Amino acid sequence: MVEALIFYMFAFVLIASAVMVVVSRNPVHSVLFLVMAFFNTAGLFVLLGAEFIAMMLVIVYVGAVAVLFLFVVMMLEIGKVSMKEGMVTYLPVGLFVGLVLLAELVFVYLGWEMAEGAADRRLFPTPDASEVANTHALGQIIYTHNVYLFQISGLILLVAMIGAIVLSLRTRPGVRKQDIADQLDRRREDAVELHKVESGAGIK
Amino acid sequence: MMDHAFLQDYLPILIFLMIAGGMAVLAVLASWLVGRQNPDPEKISSYECGFEPFAETQGKFDVRFYLVAILFIIFDLEIAFLFPWAVSLGYTGAFGFWSMVVFLGILTVGFIYEWKKGALEWE
Repeated sequence: MVEALIFYMFAFVLIASAVMVVVSRNPVHSVLFLVMAFFNTAGLFVLLGAEFIAMMLVIVYVGAVAVLFLFVVMMLEIGKVSMKEGMVTYLPVGLFVGLVLLAELVFVYLGWEMAEGAADRRLFPTPDASEVANTHALGQIIYTHNVYLFQISGLILLVAMIGAIVLSLRTRPGVRKQDIADQLDRRREDAVELHKVESGAGIK
Repeated sequence: MMDHAFLQDYLPILIFLMIAGGMAVLAVLASWLVGRQNPDPEKISSYECGFEPFAETQGKFDVRFYLVAILFIIFDLEIAFLFPWAVSLGYTGAFGFWSMVVFLGILTVGFIYEWKKGALEWE
């Protein structure tokens, strides 16, 4: 009873903030509503018993992806006016795409049929949350059974890192930077010159 | 739905969230109710020392912020892999340990690359 109530609370706030992401005029507000939606999704995952995914949603999506979205919004400098312009022309297309997706979901839901004995044939059945914690259960299979996939994910992250640097790193010419090694290397002989100045002759 | 024993651990967080939300709503609502509302166009316009604001308050961000954010996400994901590894290290043993060392080694290559490239420097 209480669980159902909490579920509906999370679900309602999630849908409401998702609607606000689309309709709010200020794009920065949209991103903040997106953060709200992420939080409520995390709550729903906790209700399903998927603790680890819930916490990852908070750490990765709220902590990093939302910041990235915010930077993109700031970088593109979408004013309040230009956001409103396309709304009316694109509304039918958006509604159509949404309807198609909804219809597909309904078809999947109605036509879904579990094969006989499929539940027993899973490679890694979900352990009971009261016996093995979510994170522990994941850790037991990621690093040993799925070691190749794990290393491939490391390589994908490496490619993402290098790609981001190649695409967006610009070194500005003519910027004076502090080079500490260069500073410490400097000796008295390099910088100071002593001249014996004769009276009346000056320095050449 | 899951068993109640598991969800009861999260009850304090839920109560905390409700109190936090309640406080926020209370603060906004109270100031809205108690304060005198008498707006006019001059009062609610943004103030910039006597003259009209020249531009939007939200300035255009440099693309370098984006690079920093992307690099942050990548290392955030790396950390996400570290949590289950640390919890289950007693079960997975030496193989699990070295598998993570190789993973971290791959990402350290990327880290050295971005360090040497100067992507972490703010000129």
